[in-house]
Amino acid sequence: MTSKIAPPEDFHAYPDARGRFGPYGGVYVAETLMAPLEALAETYLRLRDDPQFRAELDRDLAHYVGRPSPIYHAERLSAEVGGAQILLKREDLNHTGAHKINNTVGQALVARRMGKTRIIAETGAGQHGVASATVAARLGLKCVVYMGAVDIERQAINVYRMKLLGAEVVPVTSGSKTLKDALNEALRDWVTNVADTFYIIGTVAGPHPYPMMVRDFNAIVGREARAQMLAQYGRLPDAITACVGGGSNAIGLFHAFLNDRRVRIVGAEAAGEGLATGRHAASLAAGRPGVLHGNRTYVICDDNGQIGETHSISAGLDYPGVGPEHAFLKDTGRAEYVGVSDDEALAAFHRLARTEGILAALESSHAVAQAIKLAREYPKDAIVLCNLSGRGDKDVHTIAQREGITL
Amino acid sequence: MNRIDQRFAELKAAGRTGLIPFVTAGDPSPEGVVPLLHALVAAGADLIELGVPFSDPMADGPVIQHAGERALAKGVGLDAILAWVRAFRATDMATPVVLMGYLNPIEVHGYERFAREAAQAGVDGVLLVDCPLEEADTGAAIRAAGLCRIQLAAPTTSAARLERLCGAAEGFLYYVSFAGITGAARLSVAEIESRVGAIRARAQAPVAVGFGVRDAASAAAIAAFADAVVIGSALVQRLAGSADAAETCARAQAFLAPIRGALDARAAHAA
Repeated sequence: MTSKIAPPEDFHAYPDARGRFGPYGGVYVAETLMAPLEALAETYLRLRDDPQFRAELDRDLAHYVGRPSPIYHAERLSAEVGGAQILLKREDLNHTGAHKINNTVGQALVARRMGKTRIIAETGAGQHGVASATVAARLGLKCVVYMGAVDIERQAINVYRMKLLGAEVVPVTSGSKTLKDALNEALRDWVTNVADTFYIIGTVAGPHPYPMMVRDFNAIVGREARAQMLAQYGRLPDAITACVGGGSNAIGLFHAFLNDRRVRIVGAEAAGEGLATGRHAASLAAGRPGVLHGNRTYVICDDNGQIGETHSISAGLDYPGVGPEHAFLKDTGRAEYVGVSDDEALAAFHRLARTEGILAALESSHAVAQAIKLAREYPKDAIVLCNLSGRGDKDVHTIAQREGITL
Repeated sequence: MNRIDQRFAELKAAGRTGLIPFVTAGDPSPEGVVPLLHALVAAGADLIELGVPFSDPMADGPVIQHAGERALAKGVGLDAILAWVRAFRATDMATPVVLMGYLNPIEVHGYERFAREAAQAGVDGVLLVDCPLEEADTGAAIRAAGLCRIQLAAPTTSAARLERLCGAAEGFLYYVSFAGITGAARLSVAEIESRVGAIRARAQAPVAVGFGVRDAASAAAIAAFADAVVIGSALVQRLAGSADAAETCARAQAFLAPIRGALDARAAHAA
């Protein structure tokens, strides 16, 4: 494997104080946001080591989110594939149905400690919006969610869920009217309302300290999974995989394993209709280094540096950037990033439903498809651990529509 | 001495407040850019900010967002923008031009190539909205090519940061008059005056005030304590939808004339 950057001794030493993961990350924002970001970084670093805050977070994760989530041996799926044993980290069993709640619970506690009364969030598929509306309701905070007009149309159920939870959903009609534009609009809101507003970014992108903070809150996924592997199987997995849009569930699983060099790490990006067609959202597999939404990372853009439109059957992966830590893992060769097409993800969705009785989110179905590919490369006594980051109830309409079924 | 320092020295000697119009490069029409730049100068511009359109302008309000979207739809990119500056420079060697935009188009163009081409075209300064002082290494080539890196200061900027910003300021310091996006209207003149006073006590560089300046009255109020006023969204909005380059120029002149007049009346009164 080629590596552009020499791999470090300790992957857990990142980011540095400036929010850098090697050449990636950083704080590329307008001056107006520097002070709130510095205040957030300062507060978060203090709270991270505060035993009282940790206890509060652990309590919420256990009793509200429902952690720990199990690792589940998908025996029938593994047998049908005929290779390595496939284990699923069941983040779909969390409250609100995805890993997103790990992060929003954590950030909401930070918001409360900072005395903020208003939460804003951006959302693509709506999962992060729902997770933000959920924690805002629980803490009695006002919640405004920015969502691209195109996404609002294709994720009507999640829009309604957010409204039921008391959030205001603001349609974003600028640019491509999807997740990246919702993020722009949320940043604009934050610039204007910094005094009382806390911005809960939903993925490991954005300016420092977000990529670090969101990773830390999701890293419980990998910490649990690693301990569960050792306790239940007496060993670490041979390979681990997760889907990568912005990359929060993936870094959540990967982080605890980064220094276990024997464990192979593979991220599955959305190849949409195929990397060659240009209709995809695979920033790492097919993009180039650039600056977007406050950090340097891999982006999908044209030769004039204009950010491109992306495509994926799954709205949650439909993002032209990716978390800077993933860019670093790619360039150091520690992780591989590959494309999984819409069709492959759909096939994996059906296969998992049929063999294991689990409806996976379309995002997570990309990871399942990759786990199946990986399992074929290994013998039967090997283990592939896959992050099942969310459940698929929200996607049944999309799948039915694509398959020509009217509900 | 570069053109920006030269111009601010002239303004100071004459006791005048600088007028800095902002236009989005390529809007309302790519053909009309060069005549528009000359029209801005004819209407009293002391320095011109030329916006480089970007697909994801996170610090801009709807007016400049839409102007950028229109320009991008017409295929406007850095090559064309630099060619327009070169054409403008063929007959105007005095008026400083500052390019204002976001990093990614320049990152993809290549910092060294951009810096070299911009300097050759006659660009005098670059304001990178999403590149704060902390990331100043990014685009170091721009400075090496002799272009000024214009820095922003904001109401949220801490005293310690302000100290560093003032120390690093080149050309002029752009004070963002309120915490918000371009084009919003929430000016509290007294508050801005006290902040600008704090900056002027620390900075060698002149201070220009922008975001929310929209007419002669708001410009004159700011002129009482700033070295220059920047006027962007209100101008871009006025130019949008004009039928041809001639109309764009006429609208720009009609819009800027009373502002120029108010600034000069104030200066005459002060003298």
